Parts: sequence; structure tokens; C-alpha cells
Amino acid sequence: MPKLTALKKRMCDMDKKLLRILPKVQKPARYTGGEYNQIIKDKASVDIRMALCFPDTYEIGMSNLGIRILYGIINEMDGVWCERVFAPWGDMENEMRSNNIPLWALESGDPLAEFDAIGFSIGYEMAYTNVLNMLDLAGIPIRSKDRPELTPLVFAGGTSCCNPEPMADFFDLCVIGEGEDADRELLLLLREAKKTGMSKKEFLSEAAKIEGIYVPSLYEPVYNEDGTLKELRTLENAPEYVTRRIVTDFDGSYFPVKPVVPSTEIVHDRVTLELFRGCIRGCRFCQAGFVYRPVRSRNVNRLINQGIDSLENTGYQEITLSSLSTSDYRSLNGLCDGLLDFCIPKSIGLSLPSLRADNFSMELMDKVHQVRKSGLTFAPEAGTQRLRDAINKNVREEDILSTCRIAFEGGWNNIKLYFMLGLPTETAEDVLAIGGLAMKVLSAWKSYSSNKSKGINITVSTSCFVPKPHTPFQWEAQVDMDEYRRRVALLRGNMRAKAITYNWHDADTSFVEAVLSRGDRRIGTVIEEVWKNGGKLDSWSEYFSFERWMTAFKKCGLDPKFYACRERPFDEVLPWSRIDIGVKPEFFRHEREMCYKGLLSPDCRKKCENCGAVLLMKGGRCDG
Amino acid sequence: MDNLRLKFSKTGRAIYISHLDLMRTMQRAFFRAGLKLKYSEGFNPHAQISFALPLSVGTASCCELMDFRLSEFMSLTEIPFLLNKALPEGISVLEAYEPQTKFKDIKWLDVDGAFEYDGRSADDKVSGLMDFFSQNSIIIPKKNKSGISEVDIAPSIKSIEFDSSGSFVRLKAIVSAQNPTLNPELLVSALEHLAPELAPDFGAFTRTQLYDCDMNIFR
Repeated sequence: MPKLTALKKRMCDMDKKLLRILPKVQKPARYTGGEYNQIIKDKASVDIRMALCFPDTYEIGMSNLGIRILYGIINEMDGVWCERVFAPWGDMENEMRSNNIPLWALESGDPLAEFDAIGFSIGYEMAYTNVLNMLDLAGIPIRSKDRPELTPLVFAGGTSCCNPEPMADFFDLCVIGEGEDADRELLLLLREAKKTGMSKKEFLSEAAKIEGIYVPSLYEPVYNEDGTLKELRTLENAPEYVTRRIVTDFDGSYFPVKPVVPSTEIVHDRVTLELFRGCIRGCRFCQAGFVYRPVRSRNVNRLINQGIDSLENTGYQEITLSSLSTSDYRSLNGLCDGLLDFCIPKSIGLSLPSLRADNFSMELMDKVHQVRKSGLTFAPEAGTQRLRDAINKNVREEDILSTCRIAFEGGWNNIKLYFMLGLPTETAEDVLAIGGLAMKVLSAWKSYSSNKSKGINITVSTSCFVPKPHTPFQWEAQVDMDEYRRRVALLRGNMRAKAITYNWHDADTSFVEAVLSRGDRRIGTVIEEVWKNGGKLDSWSEYFSFERWMTAFKKCGLDPKFYACRERPFDEVLPWSRIDIGVKPEFFRHEREMCYKGLLSPDCRKKCENCGAVLLMKGGRCDG
Repeated sequence: MDNLRLKFSKTGRAIYISHLDLMRTMQRAFFRAGLKLKYSEGFNPHAQISFALPLSVGTASCCELMDFRLSEFMSLTEIPFLLNKALPEGISVLEAYEPQTKFKDIKWLDVDGAFEYDGRSADDKVSGLMDFFSQNSIIIPKKNKSGISEVDIAPSIKSIEFDSSGSFVRLKAIVSAQNPTLNPELLVSALEHLAPELAPDFGAFTRTQLYDCDMNIFR
């Protein structure tokens, strides 16, 4: 068998090249695989090989719970081997390119081109250039139309796919919503297609019948003269709408209690438990708060067992709870008690992120932080009550201050406050009130601190609001960058206390993010142009180049402000209008009107506002 | 249990795990194996483990030593068995025992190496390499905190032999493990500086044995 010998020889050559490169690059353990709990299968016993790609570095991707879930669940399929692939850092990329080493999967070391399915999990838009770069590093044509064969099938999932259009020319298909079931069905169909010798075109029209699968080539954008979308025309028998896929039995659904344990430090180097999906709060700016609805929770005893199993299987010394709003988990106290019973004798740390200031329990925090008192973080998002009401952020100033008082009395002296600038209806008064709130926190410390000798650190951070698809603010204009900078300057000038540190997010990234989030298919050419000019790892400041993006927009004849800074009328066809996210567009419209009236909407537990997401449960109930 | 010592190998894909990451990896492996490491007292308790000689990233070893304490009794034959089920690929425990020695008494170590020459005959290099390393003094620049200084590595090489094996030269050397430490990679950089025609395109090393100052095997 000459072919096999050739393949083997090539592999040896690659290994030899890699051996020489690895000592030269930063943190080589990111590129070797071999970690504890990695899944190795016999190539001869599998007929579908999937490369699960995360378009950012190993440290970020390995921290991602979605990757851990999909890796586990796909590998539970007989005859399917799913391996991990991450974006190399620049030094490694240079070595790979100069030594002709194509991008490989960590478990087998095999190049991506040999795989049947290449699936990207995309959580944020700034990773788009990485997708193109990774495909190119693998020697795979970046555009779907330049890949006539059935395999490798290149697809994507993740929150960014809520608007699949900007990357529509590159992916063969997108999974809208949660991948647990859709990915498996897709791989089974791919197996069938390989067996029966289906063409790619035949396969894609079959795949479009799977709930939650969006096949971009089955929709054709038609534009008006002013550049807005006239329609996304359905071709062949494409479904009118692609409904977001969810796991209806979340409580009983798969959870990875044996995740891969990295041999090098990653960003979230700990066990992560998933308490619930969705959020009862409905903050109007928050995409996650709408696109993961309805609320589905996991049973407290199941969570405790999953936590203990994960700790025992990984050896991690830390566990954290993940959800959009930890305080809203109904049995939070019982969960913490159950976990602490296991953790305390073993010196394992438990951390609680995403606590709300309004029902924050100091007792809980005290229980959890038995060893160290780290900082407290609040996200009031806006400075005045009026604006907090307008964005439906149900936090009152007195709640924040009374929580701070309890914290200061308990000896805490490190507080972080997060805000957004550029929210709809924001005025100078709202901006200045951010400084005012920080001053009130400072004076609460002066009045109530149990230990003034240590001083206080108050960190105020602001980011620039980015309107996102499938939110009440999806029609909003982003404030332009000069205006954003003016507001930052205004706030800076009014926050002079020594104890307060002010950090602001740079406007450039937020502007590009705003374009990519609500872009149409034409934005794909801009992404490609940026990548061709060296764009990659755009979420890293050492790689992001605003100039490169602006040059690309110009070259493609597209105005970024048309996408970011233009208010869209209600009757405009939005690029994501073929996606049925579950929450009804009328609900978003109503919520936007409520914003302009400055009115709050109740959270889902107080009163169901009929957002529509419960229909995704197919008769099941929403735990809102 | 009082001070115990682990002898383990670190080869294959595991050679890229850094020293700091190895400490974390070991602690997690102990936990997974159900072996309770003893922790220090105090505000920030840390596991009481220490490694003999930090191994540089990219170098393999079959004689790494790590001292540790357990808070519960465990049979010494059981420890390697339990740990080996809990370690990542490439790290393998060879033995656990009660040490009679201290790490500071390590003086020499055996190093196996391979020098690869691309498109050049390795046979031709052997005698040149022998001559080069039998010099009484081999002075090379060495980077340190205050800039670049010169260091003579010859006294740190107790013995060195070369043997050609097709496209590469195998080397066996006994070099100073500490006071001063000779990182085997300096053997390659010495060639690059002083005898570039002998410098390999790539050098890989494996630690194979530790000795005390009298050349008794260190345990």
C-alpha cells in the first residue's frame, strides 16, 4: 500500500519538524495534546472524524464550557472521534508557515484536511478573522463555494451565529442555538451522506431540514438601492425561518464530568458547573439574556454530584458556578453548602461569579470566601436610576450602597463597578452620575469601614455599548466614536478621587464589533480583506489594527457607520431575520418602546411577559 | 507520612510541560489518585512538594526526583501504581521511597543527546566534536540578570563521548548538575559560538542518571 507508507512518512516528517519548532515557541505545551482525560480513539474503528475548532488560543478555548460539553458529547457517539483545534499564537503560526506544517488536531496530530467535519464554536465576532486564518493554515479553501467536495464539511455554531450572515460565504452551514442535539444529528447525516455518496449540494439540502440548521447558500440576499436589505430570498425548499435549537431537558442533559485537564495554565483553570441556561432578568442591552431563553435549571443534588465527580476526575483545586445570574438560582444556598461540605476539608476553593447587588447575601459570600477576601464586583451598567430603568437593569442605588455597607463592615476594601457608555437615551447627566455613584460608594466606605488603615480601591470601568441582534436594541445606532470619547473625557474630568481608578474600553474595537454583530453578507468580503492583510487574533490588542479594518471597509466600498451608527427602522429587513431565536420580534419592539418610556418590565419570576421562548420547549415549562 | 521521594520520567509530549506547570500537574495527579498531600500551615497553604533539579522545557528525563509529604499512611509500592493511572501522557512514576539524602548532594548527571545534521554526514563530525570538547577551557557568553558575562563550561563537563549513527551523532556526557549547573543546551550553543561547522541543526537531550560528588548513584 504505497499510499499509506507515504502518509506515514509525511507524519514522521511533520513530527520531526514539530520537535524542532516546539522548543522555540512560547508555551509549547499548548500545541502538543497529551493532557489527562483527552480522548484517544482507534482510527480504524471510526468512520467520522470531527475537528472541534475554537478560533482563539488554547488558554481561552480550553476555558470554554461549550467546548468541554461538545467534545464530551460528540465523543460519546460510536464511530465518531472528535478532536480539539485552537488558533496558534503568532510565533507558532510563523514557524508553521515557514516549515509547511498544516494546522493539526491535538489528539492525533493529523492535519485538518483529513477530517470529515470541521466545526467552529464562535462566541464573539472578533474571532472571525481567526476562522479564516485557521482554515488557511490547514490548507483548506476559506470560501464554501471553493470546497466542492462533501468533506471536509466546514460549519459553525455559538452565540455569534445568531447573525450568521457576515460569515455566510465561508461556512457550509451554521448551527443556531445549542449544539448538543443538532451536532449529533448533523454528524449522523454526514455519515449517511458519505455512505450513499451524496454530493455536497444534496447533503446541504438534507441538513437544512434538521431543526436549527441554517444553510447560507439556500438564502440569497437582495439589496435596495440605499444598501439596506430588500430580502433574504429563499432558494429551493429552504425553510422560511430557522428556529433556534435548545436542549429541552436541560436538567438531564449531558454534562462533562471528565473534562480534559490542561497541562499548562489556562484562563479559567478550574471546574465550572452550569446551574441554568437563560436569564429571568431581561436587561434590554444583553444579548445573552434573550438568546438563551427559556430558563432551564439543573437540580441541586445533580449539580452537587457533578461538582464532586468533576473535582475528583480532574484534581482541580477550585470550582466555580456558571450562569448568567448566579443569585437567581433557586437553591443557591443548598448548592453552596453541599459543595462546601466536600471542598473545605480538601482546601478546594469555591467561587461565585455573577452575583447581583440587590439580593446579594453577605452570609453566602462569607461562607464561600473562607480563606481569601477577593474583590467585589458590581455591574450597575448606568449611573442614574432613570437610565437603569430604561435598560431594565433592575438594580437600585440603595441596594448597591447597602450591599457595599455590609461589605465594608465585613472588612472588604476592593470594589469594582462596571458601566456602559453610549446606552440609548443616555445624557450628560447619566454619564456624570457614574462618577457620583462611585463617590457615594467611597463615602459609604468612609462611614462604615471596619478597617480604614488598609485604604480602599474602587475601580470604575466603562465599555462602549454595542447594539446586538435579537435584543430590544437591535435597531439602535451606536454612538459614534468621537461622541463616545467625549463622554469618557467628561467622566474622567469628574472623577478625581484618589481612591477611584477609572478604566475605559477603547472605542475602536467596540466600533468594529458593532459592525460585525449586525453586518450583512457583504461584510464577509471585509473580513476576508482584513485577514488577507494580516488580520488575526483581533481580540488581542497586540494584534488588532483599527487601520487595517478601516482600509478594508474602504476597499470593499462599505461604510462601517452604515452598520454601526445608523438607527434602523422597524420595517427594515434585518440580516438575521431568517433566524427565529425564540423570543418574538414584537416582544423586542415592545421592550424598546418601554425603554423610551423609561419603564421597567418585571423579571420572569414576577410576571411572565410572554416573550415567546417557552414555545421552544415543545410543551415543557420555562423555569423563569 | 514523613518525607518521601518520587522518581519519575518525563518524556514524549510531556517534555514541553514547564516546571511551574509540572508542579500543578503533579498536585492534581495526587488528588486524582486519592493521595492526600500535606499542606503547609498559614494564610495561603501550599502543598509540600519540591523538585530536585528543574528540567528545561524540551529536555526529556528518566530520573526526575520530587520530594513530598502525605497526610495519611500509604504503602510505598501502592503510590506509583495509583499515580500512574492519574498522570498525563509522558509522565510516569518509576518508584516511591524514603530518601536518605538531600537534593543539595546531587553533583553530576548523565545526559544522552542526539545532534542532528541536515544534509551533512554525521560521521565526519565525530572526531571534530571529540577534539572540541576535550579542550581545557571552552568560554562562551552567557546571559544573566546584569547583562552578558563569560563562562567556561569545560570544568562542568566531566566526560563526553560521541558516536555517529546515520544522520545524527549520539552523545553521552556527564555534566555538572548544580554549583554550577550546566544546561546541556549550552553544549550546542558552545559549538554555535566557537565551532559553527560542528554545530548541529538540532540537538535533543535526555537526563538518564544522577550522581553525588563521588559518582555514586544519587537516590
